[in-house]
Amino acid sequence: MTAASPATGKAPPPPKPRPWNRDRVLGHVLMALWIVSGGYLLLYLAGNVTSPFVQNYFDDYVEGFVITVQIVSLSLLIGAALSVPIALARASSWRILSAPAYAYVYFFRGTPLLAQTFLIYYGAGSFRPELQAIGLWGFFRDAFNCVVFAFALNTSAYQAEILRGAIQNVARGQWEGGQALGLRKPVIFFKVILPQALIVALRPYGNEIILMIKGSAIASIVTIYDLMGETRRAYSRSYDFQAYIWAAVLYLIIVETLRRIWDRIEARLTRHLKR
Amino acid sequence: MEEALTLISFGPDGWGDEIARGVLITISLAIATLPFGLFLGFVIALAKQSEEPSLRMAANIYTTIFRGLPELLTLFLVYYGVQIGLQELVKLLGFDVFIEVNSFAAGMVALALVFSSYASEAFLSAFRGIPKGQYEGGHALGLSRGQTMRLVVFPQLIRLALPALGNLWLILLKETALVSVIGLSDLVRQSGIAARVTKEPFLFFGIACLIYLVLAMISSVGLTRIEAWSKRGDTAR
Repeated sequence: MTAASPATGKAPPPPKPRPWNRDRVLGHVLMALWIVSGGYLLLYLAGNVTSPFVQNYFDDYVEGFVITVQIVSLSLLIGAALSVPIALARASSWRILSAPAYAYVYFFRGTPLLAQTFLIYYGAGSFRPELQAIGLWGFFRDAFNCVVFAFALNTSAYQAEILRGAIQNVARGQWEGGQALGLRKPVIFFKVILPQALIVALRPYGNEIILMIKGSAIASIVTIYDLMGETRRAYSRSYDFQAYIWAAVLYLIIVETLRRIWDRIEARLTRHLKR
Repeated sequence: MEEALTLISFGPDGWGDEIARGVLITISLAIATLPFGLFLGFVIALAKQSEEPSLRMAANIYTTIFRGLPELLTLFLVYYGVQIGLQELVKLLGFDVFIEVNSFAAGMVALALVFSSYASEAFLSAFRGIPKGQYEGGHALGLSRGQTMRLVVFPQLIRLALPALGNLWLILLKETALVSVIGLSDLVRQSGIAARVTKEPFLFFGIACLIYLVLAMISSVGLTRIEAWSKRGDTAR
């Protein structure tokens, strides 16, 4: 650390001692508060690991977690599939394609996910005869299907915008370069443009996954027993506030792990861009 | 068609006035949350760009928590947590009364917590967009640290942070819908009641969605105006 400089032969001066100014005192006080409350939380949770609450509801929480994972992954996958045509239509120069795609994206990004879920889950009942006639009533009668349907439509709008932004972010010269090499348009799109676009889209995609995990808690309002639904059921049966505390800890762990994994993936996929 | 128009009209047969009242509550909740969220977000951004590592870390823990929790869960934690906390406190003082937390206030606190943690990121990136020379210039003019912040940095900060804050406002407007779950008679809840009574769920939730869209459009127009206003100095240069 304190190697002598080759030019002068002298060791650098020691760093100045930092004074205990206002910021430093405040920072230490706040950190102490966090550490105390974090420690208290850990003690509280550790003391409750063998409590009747955990024994009664542990399996429910695990089931809820599985349902949450199912809802999120299904919606994201269906949304990803839907987002490609929407993004293409949105970027199209034909108004007849781009205008409806714009309206679709604007609607799903401009209204609350909760209202959209209600619109589909309760609203499907308004079209019961029509849905029965085409044999889709069975699908919409199930809350799980409705929720996945609503979430998939919602995330497809967001993902379409991510995709469109990323594709338009790729320099025009890439298209021209491909054409100069005599490649056909689809080949340029899939082999040249899309790989570069997806790298730009990595971070917003990660954010979208996290938004979807957080948003999926809304499913609990329409009678789905996902992680949040099981939490609410456990609380309404036991009136024990630790129901919500366990849920908070679980959600934080899920979101933070995912964020860290995603950072790793991003770092690995963009390692050729590091200078 | 005529039947639907009667249902949404104002008056004894229609649900127009109930829904209008819900819209008012939705808007007032969002507007009431905004100043607290902005202030808290600004203070946290100040902590995050401090030179003191412990202060930065304390602020980062705050944002990690409130950006990682689902908004609905934050809402329940605040709503039931405050209720239980107050109940215990009152019991400790020797009273035996049932306390119910106001859902508007609980919604305000929860939304402000979430809003502030996102807003702090917006302010932080705006802070990074202000060159060091601005602080040095303020210092050279003999301004104190507070004056430099207020007269030199803050006006530029607003301009840089506005686009991100505008997005956060639109998100906040949508998130107020969650407060209907803890019983606040906002737009979603009022249309839910109307839907149940009239058995026309698609009509009423569709209207609710359209009203949210209109609110978002009005906000966008307003935000564009404010952004233009904040950039009025640019043309002079």
